[in-house]
Amino acid sequence: MTDYNFAYLDEQTKRMIRRAILKGLAIPGYQVPFASREMPMPYGWGTGGVQVSAAVLTPEDTFKVIDQGADDTTNAVSIRTFFERTAGVETTTTTCDASVIQTRHRIPEEPLSEGQILVYQVPIPEPLRFLEPRESETRKMHSLEEYGLMHVKLYEDISRHGHIATSYAYPVKVEGRYVMDPSPIPKFDNPKLGDMAAIQLFGAGREQRIYALPPYTQVVSLDFEDHPFEASKADHPCGMCGAIDSYLDELIIDDTGGRMFVCSDTDFCEARQLAGHKGKDAA
Amino acid sequence: MQAQALSGGFADPATQSAHAFRSIMEAMARPGTLHGVSGALPPAPLSRAAGAVLLTLCDTETPAYLAGGANCDAVHAWLAFHTGVPLVGPSHCRFAVGSWSALTPLSAYPIGTSEYPDRSATLIVECPELTDSGEILTGPGIRNNAALSLPEVAAFQSNHALFPLGLDFIFTCGDRLAALPRSTKVCAPMGATEVTPCM
Amino acid sequence: MYVAVKGGERAIENAHAWLAEERRGDMDIAELGIAQIREQLSLAVNRVMAEGSLYDPDLAALAIKQARGDLIEAIFLIRAYRTTLPRFGASEPVDTGAMTCDRRISATFKDLPGGQVLGPTFDYTHRLLDFKLAADGDVPEAPSREAAADSVPHVTEFLNHEGLIEEAPQEDTPPPDLTREPLETPAERALRLQALTRADEGFILGLAYSTQRGYARNHAFVGELRIGSVAVKMEIPELGFAVEIGEVTLTECETINQFKGSKTEPPQFTRGYGLVFGQTERKAISMALVDRALRWEELGEDNVGAPAQDAEFVLYHADNIQATGFLEHIKLPHYVDFQSELELVRKLRREAGVDQVQEAAE
Repeated sequence: MTDYNFAYLDEQTKRMIRRAILKGLAIPGYQVPFASREMPMPYGWGTGGVQVSAAVLTPEDTFKVIDQGADDTTNAVSIRTFFERTAGVETTTTTCDASVIQTRHRIPEEPLSEGQILVYQVPIPEPLRFLEPRESETRKMHSLEEYGLMHVKLYEDISRHGHIATSYAYPVKVEGRYVMDPSPIPKFDNPKLGDMAAIQLFGAGREQRIYALPPYTQVVSLDFEDHPFEASKADHPCGMCGAIDSYLDELIIDDTGGRMFVCSDTDFCEARQLAGHKGKDAA
Repeated sequence: MQAQALSGGFADPATQSAHAFRSIMEAMARPGTLHGVSGALPPAPLSRAAGAVLLTLCDTETPAYLAGGANCDAVHAWLAFHTGVPLVGPSHCRFAVGSWSALTPLSAYPIGTSEYPDRSATLIVECPELTDSGEILTGPGIRNNAALSLPEVAAFQSNHALFPLGLDFIFTCGDRLAALPRSTKVCAPMGATEVTPCM
Repeated sequence: MYVAVKGGERAIENAHAWLAEERRGDMDIAELGIAQIREQLSLAVNRVMAEGSLYDPDLAALAIKQARGDLIEAIFLIRAYRTTLPRFGASEPVDTGAMTCDRRISATFKDLPGGQVLGPTFDYTHRLLDFKLAADGDVPEAPSREAAADSVPHVTEFLNHEGLIEEAPQEDTPPPDLTREPLETPAERALRLQALTRADEGFILGLAYSTQRGYARNHAFVGELRIGSVAVKMEIPELGFAVEIGEVTLTECETINQFKGSKTEPPQFTRGYGLVFGQTERKAISMALVDRALRWEELGEDNVGAPAQDAEFVLYHADNIQATGFLEHIKLPHYVDFQSELELVRKLRREAGVDQVQEAAE
């Protein structure tokens, strides 16, 4: 891959993305349009995250990629390999050793620190899209801070089901201004978005949007006084490491429907197991 | 002059602009923190930090305004060769560079529109000194509060009042920089002679 | 005891190796050459160039070979390659009036200057499988004559002399480029045309067909369809004049659409326009119909709510690389979001008392 520039993208493209990142940081939660490039991987498979990572990486960085919390899912492996080849950066699976972490659908369990950058892959950056398919309309709604429709939708859930029936990509309000889609993370992860020490960058390639949360930004999950937001997860301990406070994947382990629950964050789970913690299904 | 125009750019653009960008990004993400940048040797009166910011962020797609002393032949030639940035007046610029007194008043610059608040200028303010003391900053990117030596207070307060519209600032001095996005709230330091209430 | 699934890296490597083997197929069968694809599957090559937005028959042929004949995959390869290419400048607008035509037909005038030239078309072939081709592809030489030296003026120019068709004023501002700027609506016509020319042929065909069937019907006549090569010229600043840097084959379709007039416009014919790389006439005609449908607003027509009138709908869904990527991404793991849905549905069912009812029934 030596025919390509450092981190694949040409310098002009990186400058364009970098400018968008800076505006994103200056206007937390606002979606900055950017001229997303066609990447050598399909739209919808992390092209936004990859472009943002390519624009922030330096040769000295240590890079980690997770998909569904895991380092070894195929698309995470594929993206990690892409940057090993095109940027020659060190990679790691250890959360605290990484300076840049690209993620799809999870925030690591271990709190991130000030030196770190978390890059999210975002499929549909517009939190209002499911209420209003037109970009021209949703842009207006954001400009007028017209978020009533969103509250109506959430409240309809409550009157129908007794609960807000949104369990992932749960909308948040940033610094009391922009309603933002946190990408399809489970709502269990929502409380980690606010007041995070690390910089959070969101890239949506196909939809051509970049947005950001600077560290220690106020992020509130939308809710109602009588129905406060509740972060939820499967009510089980991890079968491998015994953790009771981590987000769990459910696995079907036999053909009679036997199930077990395991941390979705593989690095977190392995570190706990190495430290001697043991769940009921561990060897 | 010609030789000066051709030199002083990034020797290794991919790596040096990556490093410079990380400094700029950290500065913008954490208002009030100081960061070193290197690799650029622009002609006077530009500081090395301002030169690095221009090389990292500007190109033919970003009209720029050179204010006051920065608007000189040596800077024109250097920017033309290394960035190709088109030079314009303040009302159409994406970036502006100069001393605070040359850049003001701020009303001259685009602050974005309500649908596209990102279409606003970023001002690169050359400062005689730059320290993490002085005006008190609060807001996104700042844990409790931070301090930064700003050239004044009121202009940044009225800029913040425009949020989500407004200008963003990168302060440069020698080979260091700091930043102040529009989201930051600025107060005069305790015990300042001229009390400016928080806005 | 449970052992976590590992080995994504090895799985990917093995999948790639198997894919390469499948691409090659039976090793006893001669391998396809790029030149064979370029020469004998030229319409596939043309489609890949058109939707890949890159005019290079050899690269398109290579992409088709690599993609095992999956044209959208081949278009994707070309697009990803294209974005890494440096840009040296912009050519001047091509002059399709000076096209060396292989084919030129008009459905509106029986005869006209430049004549009707059928060219290499499937139009009047009987669609009977030619079993001879299975054995032997040699063909007798087609009759030929010297190309006529006459100019081949655009049909719409004749109507224009009489003022019967809307003006198509020359625009000298550089058109926007959706490969360099994020798409924004409302989009001006130049940007819409750029989106349409690289749009998925099937999508544009379906939309065009829908206008014919009444969803924003615009009564299109193919004023002219021409296929041939045009010179590409570029102004070299050092020289101060434009020089020819190459030649491309294009298909151009101009439709003449009936128009009763509106509050702002007198009764006259209006235009739809299609211009596509290569011999791609289905796409060019479709493009012209969709272009015309999207112009309802500037012509003061009613929005009847037809899909082909909805610029935002058309432009945001016409690109097959965007569409296929997002569509296929649902193959990727969604354990985490699915798990959160699972928990939610269980909770709602518990509270609705559904599970107790089932348990009682058991």
